[in-house]
Amino acid sequence: MNRRNYHRLSLILFCAALVMVLWAWYAVFLQVPTERTMGVVQRIFYLHLSSAFVSFLAFFVVFISSVAYLLTRKAEWDWAAATAAEIGIIFIAAVLISGPLWAKPAWGIWWTWDARLTTTLVLFLIYLAYLLLRYYTLEAGRQARLAAIFGIIGFVDVPLVYMANRWWRTQHPQPVILGGSESGLDPRMWYGLLVTFVAMLTVGALVFLQRYRLEESRHAVNELRRAVGQLE
Amino acid sequence: MATVAATGWSALGRVSFAIAAKDFLSERRTKEVFNAMLVFGFMVAVIFSFAFEPTSEEAQRIAGGLVWLVFIFAGILGLNRSFARETLNECLQGLRLGPVGPGAIYLGKLLSNFAFMFVAELILLPFFGMFFDVHFWREPAWMIAILVLGTWGFTALGTIFSAVSANTRMRELMLPLLLLPLSVPLLIAAVQATTTVLRGLPMSDASLWIKLLIGFDVMFTTLAWLVFEPVLEQ
Repeated sequence: MNRRNYHRLSLILFCAALVMVLWAWYAVFLQVPTERTMGVVQRIFYLHLSSAFVSFLAFFVVFISSVAYLLTRKAEWDWAAATAAEIGIIFIAAVLISGPLWAKPAWGIWWTWDARLTTTLVLFLIYLAYLLLRYYTLEAGRQARLAAIFGIIGFVDVPLVYMANRWWRTQHPQPVILGGSESGLDPRMWYGLLVTFVAMLTVGALVFLQRYRLEESRHAVNELRRAVGQLE
Repeated sequence: MATVAATGWSALGRVSFAIAAKDFLSERRTKEVFNAMLVFGFMVAVIFSFAFEPTSEEAQRIAGGLVWLVFIFAGILGLNRSFARETLNECLQGLRLGPVGPGAIYLGKLLSNFAFMFVAELILLPFFGMFFDVHFWREPAWMIAILVLGTWGFTALGTIFSAVSANTRMRELMLPLLLLPLSVPLLIAAVQATTTVLRGLPMSDASLWIKLLIGFDVMFTTLAWLVFEPVLEQ
């Protein structure tokens, strides 16, 4: 990506993220109705679910980029995978922090070993391992290959983690969206969720762009160093 | 990605067995891994007995989980050496130079890792039965099936990550970090199925877990076999 496009896109994304986050705050704190049984603490749900969506999306990008890297061996795919993994970790950390904050008042406990909670935690651990693997592999080509392999196997593992835990024990509220006839959201809650989701998505995209650019620059610097004989 | 040599599947089998046989031979001469796995597994079993009352009702209930923890820790010990010993004297490079596909190297290594771990489990299990007063052999056929399926799945992932971690700076430390989170579904299924045997419940209760084990094994053996080639590149 050339410099001018990068700066232009950064500026657009930054403005969009700023507007969307402010809008999301306004929607979540002032506009959406308070849930009848859980009360005001239910408002965490908007951030919680949106962050979860964005983190799943990020991990999906890791998977796609890993496959693409192994097939094409283009370094760009590897940068995209590394970037998406870090963003996924940040958003899933937001899920894991906001969840217990809600669970304590709603369930009376911070944590329970329910299927969705356990899967989220294991997902967090898998991608933590992914980042450690990158961190402890120095040489760039090798790092990209090994990380791509782990990125593929790790992603395929996630549905199995979920199924195993679901068959075993489950306590998380049934999905309110697409969860059967008894589930459903007030239209105003849908609106709050949608705004927060778009806000988190733009923030994610903004961070992705910056982090990807950093990886690109790092690569360029290494190339320059190699050219003047500092490396190898 | 992985290629089967022109001579086809029977050649793949022959080469894999030859690689596994090489590992058995070198293990017989050096006794590097197997003894350490056994002693370590035995020690952990003894250490567990200090953590709680070993013959209590509670211990009976969690014995299925305990044996699998012991197997997994001992298994990691063995898996760590699987590719680490190939990096000495550039042995892996030698293997690559032979008329051998990466898929055959993976399968060969998987066979030898599986055999080491499985035999160690068969030896450790009676000690567990004695120490914790539980009966693994109520359903011998089922117990063997659970051991085979659980161990195969664990070594299928463990073999490829053993090769991956041998390429990193951390080596031995990296393998459990990569392997443990991915083994969660396998561990749950194996522990639940084993507990069904231990409590003398009808085996139909465990059919879901057996299916999960089979699914895990088929999925990850195929996937690891497919993506193994890039690990071996220099």
